[in-house]
Amino acid sequence: MGLKEAVLSRSINVFHLSSGSCNNCDIEILDCLTPRFDLERFGVTLVGSIKHADAMFCTGSANRLAVPIIKRLYEQMPKPGFVIVWGACGCSRGLFKDSYNTAAPLDEIIPVDAYIPGCPPKPEAVIAALGKLVAMIRAKKGSG
Amino acid sequence: MIPKMLEYLFLLIVFPGFVFSGVMGLMVGWVDRKVTARLQWRVGPPWYQNFLDFMKLAFYKETLIPGGVSRAVFLGTPALGLAAATLVSTLLLVANGSPQRGFEGDVIVVAYLLLIPPIALMLGAFASANSLASLGASREMKLMLSYELPFVLALVVPIMKTGYSIRLGEIIANQFSAGSVIASPSGAISFLVMLLCVQAKLGFVPFDMPEAETEIMAGTCIEYSGKPLAMFKLTKAILLFAIPVLMITLYFGGIKHDAIGIVKSVSEYAGILVLMIVIKNTNPRVRIDQAVKFFWGVITALAAVSVVTAYMGY
Repeated sequence: MGLKEAVLSRSINVFHLSSGSCNNCDIEILDCLTPRFDLERFGVTLVGSIKHADAMFCTGSANRLAVPIIKRLYEQMPKPGFVIVWGACGCSRGLFKDSYNTAAPLDEIIPVDAYIPGCPPKPEAVIAALGKLVAMIRAKKGSG
Repeated sequence: MIPKMLEYLFLLIVFPGFVFSGVMGLMVGWVDRKVTARLQWRVGPPWYQNFLDFMKLAFYKETLIPGGVSRAVFLGTPALGLAAATLVSTLLLVANGSPQRGFEGDVIVVAYLLLIPPIALMLGAFASANSLASLGASREMKLMLSYELPFVLALVVPIMKTGYSIRLGEIIANQFSAGSVIASPSGAISFLVMLLCVQAKLGFVPFDMPEAETEIMAGTCIEYSGKPLAMFKLTKAILLFAIPVLMITLYFGGIKHDAIGIVKSVSEYAGILVLMIVIKNTNPRVRIDQAVKFFWGVITALAAVSVVTAYMGY
């Protein structure tokens, strides 16, 4: 682990991308920042602009309307940048697997580094996924 | 001539200029984050978090430049703001370190230099070809127009109380012999006005509408990434470090040099800083029209009252 990996793995600014989710995962993102879980301990903060972000939290089933926007936002994220998918919908289209409106799961649209299953995932699962992402960055793996 | 220039360069770049102010600024920024976290019953980030954030942006992240922008303005303004903030910090700390240095009118120079970082932010935002950035910049401009009048009026009071001197060194020396400005009624009112004005100058919460994260997504900085964003963040950190020093200089008689004096100065500094952070964390964001009304109404009236009481000698 060099200095670069040490720095990148301890300072992850997160952009929240919701592509047609039911709001459940989005509320869990806010839960992770509350006193009980406090992701800022690990240097994780939510940012408003994708250009300040190091990672995207993607929620929702990636419907047809959202796909071009997801691609564009991924391209706008300064590299190295990582993608974490939240919830059953993002991981595998979940309930909407056979819907006319969800063409493909998110990992066939953009590269994905970590999956957090659950409907919605618990904050503990999110922290576990972040731990895996940190290990991945330190081992110089990952899409970024 | 040459040693003099080398000395000035050392003052500007190493101590107490760029390097020292930058490191202190990032530390003070951590104090801000930690106190905020504790006020919200969280644990908060470790002390080196801001250094990691800065290093990440400055060395390891891509710098994106949006299409159709003027590269010179887009990339030049962060450097302009950083240079002005560094110069403010250097002037203040040199005047505090040795009050006989400095020059006639450096208070006015500091007041003008403090205007440059917001202007740089504004120009950069207007140059970045983004509607939300323009919105943020227009708010920044209105906010600047609103707080600048009471800020200057408040600045007049310490100048009047210390025998109408416009040198930082003389302001400090006068307070050493005649007592701190804040101990007088006019000084106390002026300090209150100044505290609220610097809250707006730093973009702290009741007045953070230029970069309102939840409505206009970081506003002025929205298109910045990588090195220029790191510069803006460092500018903000240095200002956060320098502005309490300015207030100590103007109202508490500067940083003392003996053992008890240093403890006193550090506790004054921490007190002002924590007061600003507490104001930041206990207030909701106001709208821009409310902010303009607030600054041009109540606060300007208070500042005028403090100037009049100072003129009458209280």
